[in-house]
Amino acid sequence: MALWVDKYRPNQLSKLDYHKEQAEQLQRIVASGDFPHLLVYGPPGAGKKTRVQCILRELYGAGAERLKIEHKTFQTPSNKRIELSTVASNYHIEINPGDVGIYDRIVVQEIVKSMAQTQQVYDSGSNRDFKVVVLTEVDRLTKEAQHALRRTMEKYTQTCRLILCCNSTSKVIGPLRSRCLAIRVPAPSDQEVVDVLNQVCRKEHVVLPPALATNIAKKSFGNLRRALLMIEACRVQQHPLKDDQQVVEPEWELYIRETAQLIIREQSPENLLKVRERLYELLTRCIPPSIIFEKLLKELLISCDSMIKAAVVASAAEFEHRLNRGSKHIFHLEAFIASFMAIYKRHLEETLMAL
Amino acid sequence: MDAFISGAKAKEARIAKQSKTTEGAAVPWVEKYRPRKVDDIAYQDDVVAVLKKCVSGSDIPNLLFYGPPGTGKTSSALAVCREIFGADGYRGRVLEMNASDERGIQVVRSKIKEFARLAVGTTRSDGKPCPALKIIVLDEADSMTGAAQAALRRTMEKESKTTRFFLICNYISRIIDPLTSRCAKFRFKPLAADVQKRRLSEICQKENVDIADDALDALIRVCEGDLRKSITYLQSAAVSFRGATVQVGDVDRMVGVISDDAVHLLIKACRTGKFENVQTAVESLRRDGFPAYQLLSQVFDIVVVDDELNDDHKAAICDKLGVCEYRLLDGADEFLQLMDLGCTILAQYKTVNA
Repeated sequence: MALWVDKYRPNQLSKLDYHKEQAEQLQRIVASGDFPHLLVYGPPGAGKKTRVQCILRELYGAGAERLKIEHKTFQTPSNKRIELSTVASNYHIEINPGDVGIYDRIVVQEIVKSMAQTQQVYDSGSNRDFKVVVLTEVDRLTKEAQHALRRTMEKYTQTCRLILCCNSTSKVIGPLRSRCLAIRVPAPSDQEVVDVLNQVCRKEHVVLPPALATNIAKKSFGNLRRALLMIEACRVQQHPLKDDQQVVEPEWELYIRETAQLIIREQSPENLLKVRERLYELLTRCIPPSIIFEKLLKELLISCDSMIKAAVVASAAEFEHRLNRGSKHIFHLEAFIASFMAIYKRHLEETLMAL
Repeated sequence: MDAFISGAKAKEARIAKQSKTTEGAAVPWVEKYRPRKVDDIAYQDDVVAVLKKCVSGSDIPNLLFYGPPGTGKTSSALAVCREIFGADGYRGRVLEMNASDERGIQVVRSKIKEFARLAVGTTRSDGKPCPALKIIVLDEADSMTGAAQAALRRTMEKESKTTRFFLICNYISRIIDPLTSRCAKFRFKPLAADVQKRRLSEICQKENVDIADDALDALIRVCEGDLRKSITYLQSAAVSFRGATVQVGDVDRMVGVISDDAVHLLIKACRTGKFENVQTAVESLRRDGFPAYQLLSQVFDIVVVDDELNDDHKAAICDKLGVCEYRLLDGADEFLQLMDLGCTILAQYKTVNA
């Protein structure tokens, strides 16, 4: 049984629930037969992938939905063999080059280029003489890989169009941006999330109390995927749904909240040691460090005096930047905690002195 | 015999049909209107003057083109090659390598050196004379490693009898000095607005695009001298608003400029002096998916002309803008950086009001 998220994913541009104006624009672009390279960006859970799939379907018909998973192997110059799984139909191929880390340049050079060079076999099913390469998480691509894309995008436009997906265009180099039509997919508003939830529940024959719907919408922060997963979790937990039902939050978020409370309670080297254990726990569970940073900061700010908030934010920004430059995550996370403790304690002492 | 002739005819017809389909196929305008001749290159007058001399038969130096994206570097290099060698001879005599090709030190040592060594004649395939040269075009040369660039040094000098190098890059600072000193350097300027406008209106006319005059101006303004970008956007705009006149608002929405309202939302939140307001503003900006990098430059535009702030305040904010920009390029988290920036602006406004 499919998750509700997948089950009710719209598969046509005309069936999208929000950003209808943009959908119409996309429809016109596809219909004109002319199709530029696209750069689709927006926050997670806003529906970027859904739109890309709709575009593909619009381009090639139902054939684009018959997907198969392929494993491609290739060799690096240092004779290391690397495997990459791709999702492909007859008309398009979807690759996440970020999966192979620093070897992403070779993926672009080998796989994307060879895809781009081969011509689409003309068949009656699709009237397009180009195929589409979908690259996800382009913002995780190294600079070299992005450079490698530049000329490929121009040289083989006859046979191949690219759709690039990413969360933010900040990390996409200028020359790539200037080759693409940028499409921004904003997160749905809370009301739009509620509408979608209502619609899904109606189809599932579940009665959704309005208060619960708004509560979930608020907790999802505009991430529709998260909202749908939450409502399904609620449904599994208890049926029929109740107005004041507890919305299940991910365990790691609770864990970070507890960690923040621990930090606020006591600022000492011993406590730092305890916090370190918890940080390790989070890291071993594969929670991305930048997300830990953000959640932790938000939780800490709640119990901070407004005098020191700016200093706390500044130190978080600085250490998160260092974390990206460095390779050992725990150092930078811990450095932030330590500097927060220092700022917090000094402020406490100063206020006590003033009294 | 008849069968043979009819067979040939059928083949001819097929070829004709094929060429028709490729003609009718959707070619992006960027490719369709890419300059084929040196004369067609817009705006880069001094470069064109030198290149014309090269084409007309005088000696060709090693060339180094640099400048921002979309100003015609690759187009000029390829146009020169095409004019010197003709469309047919072009293939055998020009080796084009870009960042999508493997070009580490190994490739420089083997492939480039091999190619540079070959000698060629002084006639083109169509019988016209041409210099006895081959050209190696190294596109996006700034993404080559230092070692690979160093390996080129001696090759460039040794094979100067038979081979010329055209290097193309965005940032000349990333090309090692020994290479730059071996080349004639040309800077490609961002295109002036009126030149761009002439080009775009030409295309509009040929493609029957109906676009309002001020919309065209807006398009040119946001593309900042990048002709490729403006043509890409023009085509997309033409396609998505087919049948209607393209207006200013459409252009703004299309090119991903953050609307002034959104930027002012952040500034206003900073003015209130309340930290919570800044946090909500940043969160709502992120929910709308606005790229932080773009936001930084637009915040800068507003802050610089704000009369309320004195020079010290502006300096403090610009300092932070610089730090945030650097961090963002390093891959730092957008939310944290924007919060940091927001806090700084907030603090500055606070001292103004105090």
